[in-house]
Amino acid sequence: MNVLSDNFAMFREGFLGTVELTVLSGLLALVLGTLVAAFRVSPVPALRIFGTTWVTLLRNTPLVLLFLAVTLGLPALGLKGWDSFWLAVLALGCYTSAFICEAVRSGINTVPVGQAEAARSLGMTFTQTLGQVVLPQAARTAIPPIGSLLIALAKNTAIASGFNVSELGSVQKTLNAASGYNIYVIFLWIAVCYIIITFAISGLFRLLENRLAVAR
Amino acid sequence: MSGSVLYDVPGPKARVRNRIYGALSTVALLGLIGFVLYRLDDTGQFQAGLWDDYEYTETQQRIVDGLVTTLKTFAIAAVLSLVLGTVLAAARLSDHKPVRWAAAVVVEFFRAMPLLIMIFLLYAAVFTSDPMWALVIGLTLYNGSVQAEIFRSGINAVPRGQSEAAYAIGLRKTQVMTSVLVPQAVRSMLPSIISQLVVTLKDTSLGFIILYEELLFVGKSFAQQTPPVNGVYAFIPMVIVFGSIYILLCLALSSVATWIERRTKRSRKGTPPAMPLNGAALTAETTAGGAGADGVQAG
Repeated sequence: MNVLSDNFAMFREGFLGTVELTVLSGLLALVLGTLVAAFRVSPVPALRIFGTTWVTLLRNTPLVLLFLAVTLGLPALGLKGWDSFWLAVLALGCYTSAFICEAVRSGINTVPVGQAEAARSLGMTFTQTLGQVVLPQAARTAIPPIGSLLIALAKNTAIASGFNVSELGSVQKTLNAASGYNIYVIFLWIAVCYIIITFAISGLFRLLENRLAVAR
Repeated sequence: MSGSVLYDVPGPKARVRNRIYGALSTVALLGLIGFVLYRLDDTGQFQAGLWDDYEYTETQQRIVDGLVTTLKTFAIAAVLSLVLGTVLAAARLSDHKPVRWAAAVVVEFFRAMPLLIMIFLLYAAVFTSDPMWALVIGLTLYNGSVQAEIFRSGINAVPRGQSEAAYAIGLRKTQVMTSVLVPQAVRSMLPSIISQLVVTLKDTSLGFIILYEELLFVGKSFAQQTPPVNGVYAFIPMVIVFGSIYILLCLALSSVATWIERRTKRSRKGTPPAMPLNGAALTAETTAGGAGADGVQAG
């Protein structure tokens, strides 16, 4: 039962690695996702097409394949010197952004038409209408789905262990290989770590939801 | 025809402006694509030697074998996860408290665990010599739990009056479920169920990490075996070829979901006057379920 106490440093590093990976790629996904959602509702057809293609491609690609594409593709594009951590952030962020985009877009659909109409009748431009009237309300209704997307993201970080990023998945790998410990006990402690992370995210989002939910 | 409430039907000035933005963004996007293609060409990814192999029947046979393995794994996992989902959903809706609790614990636990961690455990502990079953059982446990939640929310979304009426004419619980609630729930949740199947299909590629010989694994070993041409390995062509296969497979499956969604929406129009309220409730629940399934889809 002393798997945790024997390897506390490794567990701590793995835990922090997972948290760091989740936070950074979550931020990237939120920024990219909102931007792509804005593209998808914009009056410029080229941007709309770009947004649709982005979402379609990323939603239908297995994450492992995307990891491979980023890890192998960036050096081929001449963008060298990224370490595996930042490559993982890029892959996870881009992948999740496609889902965030759809969550934000369905949030935009829930904003009553009158809001946008009122903004337009005040003479606001598309950017003003979207940025100051529609998106803030859309973001508030999109909080619950975004929360579950970020939980999914936290779980997806496990895949990074296959690409030399140190996080909880790599702890499992290393300890499984270093025999002598009961595999199920290792699994149990890693499960506890993930449950802490996912509970933290869902707690945070429940708080946000209570504070910000739009009463309609 | 305005397309969106977010902006007016463009007048002459706006049309000019939109055209300018359109041209600029087109140039920027084409520039980006051009840069990618140029760099790929520049680093020698398009050299004929790297692509020649795909012309050999032996190679094509290997890709087909990988594809068959992937589809076989997917088919087994899909069937088992639907069965497990049905059982768990039935247990969560049971009249007996312990059964409900046990099912809730199982569902919550398997939904909270990263699939890869679970597959790894199954692989290391039980199925070291047979990675397929580690993958299939992992996929079944995870996706089955998610499907259970989809079924449950579908059944809960059926208007209460339906089950009340069914009980009132003397049906037993099993009869109410099988002949009244489940048919309606399945119909409204079919798009979500299929999106979850797309997730199952995508996740078969996790087998790559436990060295199971599915499509992605075939791709990687294939790229490793192709001798480098002028110092360039065949990884980028592999990503392009195998990425396209995966995207086409998933798109085919998603388009089934879209098609069903459109069909069920159309048929709802012809419902009698009392139904619109129920129809609205159903639609709202379907979209909520859809969003939930989207949330899950990333997993």
